[in-house]
Amino acid sequence: MIELSVAINDKYYANSPAMVLKQLEFNVAPGEFVAIIGPSGCGKTTLLNMISGLEACQNQQIFCNGKAVNGANEHHVSYIFQQPRLMPWLTVRENLQLVLHSPQAGQIDRLLQQVGLAGTGDYYPHQLSGGMQRRVSIARAFAINPELLLLDEPFNSLDLPTATRLRLLLIELCQQRNTTVIFVTHDLREAIYLADRIIFISNSPSTIIHQAVVDLPRPRDESGAQELEWQANLMAKYPNLLAGSVG
Amino acid sequence: MSKSFFRPKEQLNQQALAPEQSLKKQPQATFSYIGSSAVLVRTLVMLVLILVWQTTAWFVASPDLPSFILVVESLSYHLSEGEMVANLSITLGRVLISFIISMVLGVMIGIIMGTHQWVNKLTDSLLIIALNIPALVTILLCYIWFGLVEAAAITAVVINKIPTVVVMIREGARVVDKDLLAVAKIYKLSASKTFFKVFLPQLYPFIMASGRAGLSLIWKIVLVVELLGRSDGVGFALNTLFQFFDIAGILAYTLAFIVIIFLVEALMFRPLDRIIARGSGND
Repeated sequence: MIELSVAINDKYYANSPAMVLKQLEFNVAPGEFVAIIGPSGCGKTTLLNMISGLEACQNQQIFCNGKAVNGANEHHVSYIFQQPRLMPWLTVRENLQLVLHSPQAGQIDRLLQQVGLAGTGDYYPHQLSGGMQRRVSIARAFAINPELLLLDEPFNSLDLPTATRLRLLLIELCQQRNTTVIFVTHDLREAIYLADRIIFISNSPSTIIHQAVVDLPRPRDESGAQELEWQANLMAKYPNLLAGSVG
Repeated sequence: MSKSFFRPKEQLNQQALAPEQSLKKQPQATFSYIGSSAVLVRTLVMLVLILVWQTTAWFVASPDLPSFILVVESLSYHLSEGEMVANLSITLGRVLISFIISMVLGVMIGIIMGTHQWVNKLTDSLLIIALNIPALVTILLCYIWFGLVEAAAITAVVINKIPTVVVMIREGARVVDKDLLAVAKIYKLSASKTFFKVFLPQLYPFIMASGRAGLSLIWKIVLVVELLGRSDGVGFALNTLFQFFDIAGILAYTLAFIVIIFLVEALMFRPLDRIIARGSGND
């Protein structure tokens, strides 16, 4: 179980004078599912990179269970990137073996079965469709039993049924293991469906403009009546929220 | 449950997922078809070349251009009577040792230069000098400084070869996919796993290219090195044949060389090509 506390001030792009994150401060409770929504180019990926330890800046206080993250996160963190990022020269099985330090017998087959890819272990990534590759990257993320899971628009550019199925899978796997999740998206409906809390951020240099706890009972419905009503209420109150302002 | 998520054109479903059955068979069949016709074309080209040589030699009818048959006779003579086998194996040994040393050192230096900006800045001009110093100069200097010994010969070849390997590997190391390295960092792969499973595979095409180019360059330089300062090997033998004006003998050695080159290509580089191409979609 991971408790996260994030405070970032004045993060600039690497090799560029442009500021991307101005001031972001929020906490994430153990086992909480937080969605982050912001217009494109507002630094959502940069934020995930900083939490994971891929990037750092001068004015940051990011703590993972009380331990500072500064260029390296010592906990079991999984990161599902926008692209699957599988090693093309390794088979599906070898890709999963890569991240496991001592794979137990049958563990990889079980993982593949869970993401609906039983029997594809000996294929190379290029022999799989985009949706299948993405499922392999999800299997890889869950292979290490993450305490913290970071997702960067993982279901973008997938067809609707595949995305639906993968969202269900994500909910299922997270509930099984009580993972703390930070989920970046620009799709409000997806966020309402998945998250316990939604954080809205502005255009870069970005700040937090609004936080909303999604107080809907689970299991939810992707386009159920109460979910749509919740969304309509929020939009009525803050019509420009998705464009990055509360004005 | 997942049937609808497979690409229809790949015709995948839960029953047909055994790897040997559906996807792989067809590309392999086309590959072997192309392979056999390529061998045929290559043989035909060789035959035409030999024919042209033979007829030209007949028309010219000069001792300066021995016919193919004469050269083959000379080849069989040198193989059975002369020291051709010994000379070839000595030269091959030198080629192999200097190839391995220059590839290992070249790849290491290339990776360091490609991944560390400050090392690159520091050594870039040195690399340009090393690339452009004439092979003959390094050979002569090595013999003068280290004496007419085996180590000097190998060193001279290695010094000539390393810069070209470095240049190619450096370019490869520069374009390594940072996204995949980020994956390695997130999942806390060990340094050796990151290097051998994530970093190095991206350099394989560059290593192959420099290996192929390297072998051809090393052949040529080894012969010059032998001609200038060794008393055995193909270079030395060619020098002796030159002094007797034995043109058929010189061509016989060349022919033996060509055969060896084709063998190396077929037995070493092709299988390596296939291993490296795995997962790329062209295998």
